[in-house]
Amino acid sequence: MSQQNIQAKIRSNPKFAELVGKRTRFAIILSLVVLVPYYSFMMVTAFNPGLLAKPLAEGSVMTWGWPLAALMVVGGWLLTGVYISRANGEFDDLNQQILKEAQK
Amino acid sequence: MKRSLIALSAGLLIAGLAIAAPGALDGVQKQPLNVSAIAMFMVFVIATLGITKWAAGRTKSTADFYTAGGGITGFQNGLAIAGDYMSAATLLGLTSLVYAKGFDGFIYTVSFFIGWPIILFLMAERLRNLGKFTFADIASYRLDQSRIRTFAAFGSLTVVCFYLIVQMVGAGQLIQLLFGLEYNMAVVCVGILMMVYVTFGGMVATTWVQIIKACLLLGGGTALMLLAFSQFGFSFENLFGQAVAAHKAGIKIMAPGSLMADPVSAVSLSFALLFGTAGLPHIMMRFFTVPNAKEARKSVFYATGFIGFFFLVVIILGISAIVIVGQNPAFFEGGQVGGKLIGGGNMPVMHLAKSVGGDIFLGFLSAVAFATILAVVSGLALAGASAIAHDLYARVIKKGEATSAQEMKVTKIASVGIGLTAIALGILFKDQNIAFLVALTFGVAASVNFPVLILSMYWKGLTTRGALWGGVAGLVSAVGLVILSPAVWVKVLGNAQAVFPYDHPAIISMTLAFVVTWLGSVTDKSARAAKEAEAFEEQYIRAQTGLGAAGAHAH
Repeated sequence: MSQQNIQAKIRSNPKFAELVGKRTRFAIILSLVVLVPYYSFMMVTAFNPGLLAKPLAEGSVMTWGWPLAALMVVGGWLLTGVYISRANGEFDDLNQQILKEAQK
Repeated sequence: MKRSLIALSAGLLIAGLAIAAPGALDGVQKQPLNVSAIAMFMVFVIATLGITKWAAGRTKSTADFYTAGGGITGFQNGLAIAGDYMSAATLLGLTSLVYAKGFDGFIYTVSFFIGWPIILFLMAERLRNLGKFTFADIASYRLDQSRIRTFAAFGSLTVVCFYLIVQMVGAGQLIQLLFGLEYNMAVVCVGILMMVYVTFGGMVATTWVQIIKACLLLGGGTALMLLAFSQFGFSFENLFGQAVAAHKAGIKIMAPGSLMADPVSAVSLSFALLFGTAGLPHIMMRFFTVPNAKEARKSVFYATGFIGFFFLVVIILGISAIVIVGQNPAFFEGGQVGGKLIGGGNMPVMHLAKSVGGDIFLGFLSAVAFATILAVVSGLALAGASAIAHDLYARVIKKGEATSAQEMKVTKIASVGIGLTAIALGILFKDQNIAFLVALTFGVAASVNFPVLILSMYWKGLTTRGALWGGVAGLVSAVGLVILSPAVWVKVLGNAQAVFPYDHPAIISMTLAFVVTWLGSVTDKSARAAKEAEAFEEQYIRAQTGLGAAGAHAH
């Protein structure tokens, strides 16, 4: 079967639209979950640094800024885990089905 | 070949020792010869040359050379990406930034990290599905082969060149500092080892050098962190309390300071680091070394974990150094606490190692720093060689008609050429203020490589004309604005006032590149443009499903 034929089959398979739609939405949402807090954080450091300088507890030297920054690093990594668990499972299964059905 | 390689490197180091002995007196920065560091580094060199010998036996085709035949696992590639990305500047520069500025150093570190999750979500699987050997493969997938490929190859080479200078000059200074070797000797050693790894061992050897280095860096950094943190009873409150008491800025180190005071400058920096990372050719090349998109995703997951973990370790090291190094007169010139650190501003982590782990640990960490530089320059040299041999020679000059043997020959010549160029540039830029080169590297990567890459994958309307216009706009504005920035206009050229007030140009140059690319594409009504838009369909299906993507090569 020609390559073009396979491509046309993939294109017309409703599962393809489902895969692309789901995966794209998921990737965009996760990107926003990373970028929105990060740029909010950057803007707070620029416009209202006092907010991050507040102590965590009364009399503590530790300020809010440190655990929040650490959370962005740890959270960013955990989100990569969230993405690959779905992409390497659900999405890849769907992808395999699409490729298999196109070969028929 | 193994014997001759070992003899060669041993000879180099002995020659270095002979030169270093008399030279040790003249430089203020020069440290006494560090025998334990050199011994440990020799172990690393011999082990990696052994691996190079083994890798040389397995490197037969161009696919082996550029991508290790696509046979690297996700976990291995994750370690190698971490090893490729974390340079000596990460260990030394970020700790010294935290040591000097406290929380501002953390903000900078977060900005270096935050690009990784985004690379996974938006790029990793498409890169793997569309690319074969270089990122130019993707940029020129449906656009004009010779023009876009040539342009992308030059984009790669520009970034590789700037970053190599940064690494070579850093290597020379660092090795002079840590090992007591002469600057030029250090640069020559690094250049020759890099040529040997890349020319003989290709991607297989480079990958293993990067994996070993990542393990050493992670292990060494973690051990140092545990030793230092134990002195504070593993209590953050205790650590930070003492750091605030010890630092001359006092409680101010706990809050955002001057680094991010200007929002435009902060955003421009974040653009450069975030999108620049996604435009570094030696990093993107690593995505082609795994067998499929699944492993490509896994590699980013592991890499992000290792990089994030190490960055957090670096923060604790920097804060610990404020207390342990910052109050010990033994680490200051003339014993003046608060004066100039012995060896310069980048040394806090090294002094910390000596303080909590003694001379042996200092030697170990010095050897790790040297290994780190070698791993990064090898990745860069390989990316440069592939741009020359695969993109420019095989695809553009020979129009894809070159045989595998011819292409291999050119890659080897290119690797040696890049090694010699790196040595020459390293020596040429000795004692120059090169801070601007970091801004240039990331600025060009974010403004030239990143826009064409992301648009070619995501935007059907991108045409050859748009990509070229936008690329030129990004390149000219990034380079031009860096020249007009404080780092060059004031610090290098000696003018009183910078024309462009920000060190990082990305906020302007990257935006400009996107706008011009868009404009050049939508106004392009040529028949070629219509064909390119039509070809997007096939590319899109392949990007999404991996249909027709280059698989792993069986050995």
